Formats: sequence, structure tokens, C-alpha cells
Amino acid sequence: MQDDVVMRVVAKVMIPAVMLYALYVQFHGDYGPGGGFQAGVIFAAGFVLYAMIFGLNRTRHVWPARYNLLGFCGGVLIYGFTGVASMLLGGNFLDYDVLRDDPTKGQHLGILLIEFGVGLTVASVMLSLYLTFAGRVTHLRLLSKTEAHEKFLAEEEARK
Amino acid sequence: MSAFAVNAFVIALLALIAFLALRLHRLFAVVMLSGAFSLTAAAQFVILDAVDVAFTEAAVGAGISTVLALATLSLVPDEEKPHSIAVLPAFLAIATGALLMAAVSDLPAFGDPSAPIHNHVAPEFIAGSAGKIDVPNVVTSVLASYRGFDTLGEVVVVFTAAIAVLLIVGGYTRTARRKANGQDKGGRNAG
Repeated sequence: MQDDVVMRVVAKVMIPAVMLYALYVQFHGDYGPGGGFQAGVIFAAGFVLYAMIFGLNRTRHVWPARYNLLGFCGGVLIYGFTGVASMLLGGNFLDYDVLRDDPTKGQHLGILLIEFGVGLTVASVMLSLYLTFAGRVTHLRLLSKTEAHEKFLAEEEARK
Repeated sequence: MSAFAVNAFVIALLALIAFLALRLHRLFAVVMLSGAFSLTAAAQFVILDAVDVAFTEAAVGAGISTVLALATLSLVPDEEKPHSIAVLPAFLAIATGALLMAAVSDLPAFGDPSAPIHNHVAPEFIAGSAGKIDVPNVVTSVLASYRGFDTLGEVVVVFTAAIAVLLIVGGYTRTARRKANGQDKGGRNAG
């Protein structure tokens, strides 16, 4: 699909909109339908669209695999540490009341933090799953980073 | 009456898609049908006023799952292997389905305010969501605050699934790492 001008142009317009919508779903989850799970999936869908149109090598160039590892480990840790923080402040595990002076504000902060952790985990897990499966398809998974990068640069040269 | 017609239409559509997916042997068509099934199920959840569930079903079931299945499809043959109907599993599935359908008649009516599920902790959650937590979306306040521990468990399940997939197909194994290390010190080139 990489040589199709229509696809590339449409994807370039669509991807920012998809990601912005994911952020809206993430941070508007308190008021409307949505939350971390849905936002994470939508955010990953933006990257999947990019990978389908522009190819895996370019996606790996933009978003290396280690970012995914950092993402899903970091997401679970943010969630867990929010719980530990409320314990350190004298409450129960994941009792957000104590996070701030006002229990309601504490609840808002706690929900924001853990939803962010959920979104981060889900987005990087989904992206990682797609890139792993698609990477197996193109048999690029055993290429080293440098090789993949050189191949990407060669492709760029050929395109020009 | 119109509500009944809409429900009947969506349920009939679900049954039709499921039946077609069983009958077809071209895997590409089956993957597309499973996406269509998820989207129709999402429509049914909207009818039941469960917009958060519908949202998840549309994004995960119709979106990402279909994409993942398509990515997997390019690794396997196009056609399902021909096979005869396995009698015992088919009988068990139909019997379980019949038992579940029989049990439906014992459930309280949909939206019945006197149903036990609406009189246990639900009133407290609804009052707390509007009052103490002050989050208009009750689903979010239950999921993130009242049931925060369960959601932590769910996130850990997603995390574990990703770790398992990376270990099995991602090349995060000693052999693959050694192979990669022959060319490059990093070796973290999977997934």
C-alpha cells in the first residue's frame, strides 16, 4: 500500500485526528463514555494505520520496540504506585481520598492517574501485539536494529 | 413495539452473521464477518444503554481484533481445512445453549428496579458517584474508584498477555537473542 498516493494522503489527515480523539476519550472519560481502555485501543489504532500505510520499518523508526516495553511496564507501575502513594499518605491501597486535602479532588486525581496508566498499558500492548505479528509476517524480527535501519534508508533512497 | 422490532432485527442479524461465519471456509471472509459481528453486538449494547461496553466492543472487537486476525491470516493458508462435524462437541454446545436459554426465563425483567442486582451496592455507587466522587459517568467511578482493585487486576492481565505473546512469537528468547547478538549488541529488535 506504500505507493498509493490516495492512501498516504488520507492517512496523513486521519492519523492526527485519530490520536486527538484518543486523547479526548482518555481525558473525557469522567464525563462521557470512554476511559483508558478505549483510548489506548484508539491510540494504538492510529499507529497501526501508520504501519499499514507506511510500512513496518518506518514505524519502528518512529516508535522503536523498547518504547512499547517502557509503555506497558510504566502503565502498570503508574497504576500500582498510585495505590502505594495513597497507602503512604495514610489511606488504604487505591483509596484516592487521601491524595489531596479535599477527598473529591483526591478522587479526581486518583482516577486521572490510574486511567492514564490503563491507557498507556493498553496502547503499548496493542501496538506491540500488532508489530510482533506483522513483524513475523515480513520476517524482519531477526534483523538487527542497524540492518532494519539500513533497509529503511535504502527504501527511502529508492523512493527518491 | 418499535423497540421490539429493533431488538429482533439486531439479534437476527447477529444470528445470521454467526451462522454464515460457521458455514464459510474462506478465512478472510470469516475474519470480516467476526468484525461485523462485533460491530452489530456494539449496536445491541447501545440499545441496552451500555455505551461504555459498546465503545469497547467496537474499538477492540471490530477494530484491533480484526487487524490482528488479518495479520495472522497472512501466515496461514486461505482456506479452512475440510473436516466433518464433531458430534459430541456439537451436542455439548447445543445442550449448554439450550440450558442457558431455559435459565433466561428465570431472570428478572430487563431494567426491573426491584431486581436484586439493583438493590445491593448499586444505589450506594450511584449516590457516591454523584456526591463524594463527583464524576458524572458512573461507569468510570465504579471502574476506577469503587472497583479500582479489579481494574488493576485487569491491567495486569493485559500486561501478562503482552509478555506471553512477546515471549512466544516476539523473539525475546535466548536463541533469537543470541542470533541477533551475532550482528548487533542491542538484540531488542522484536515486537
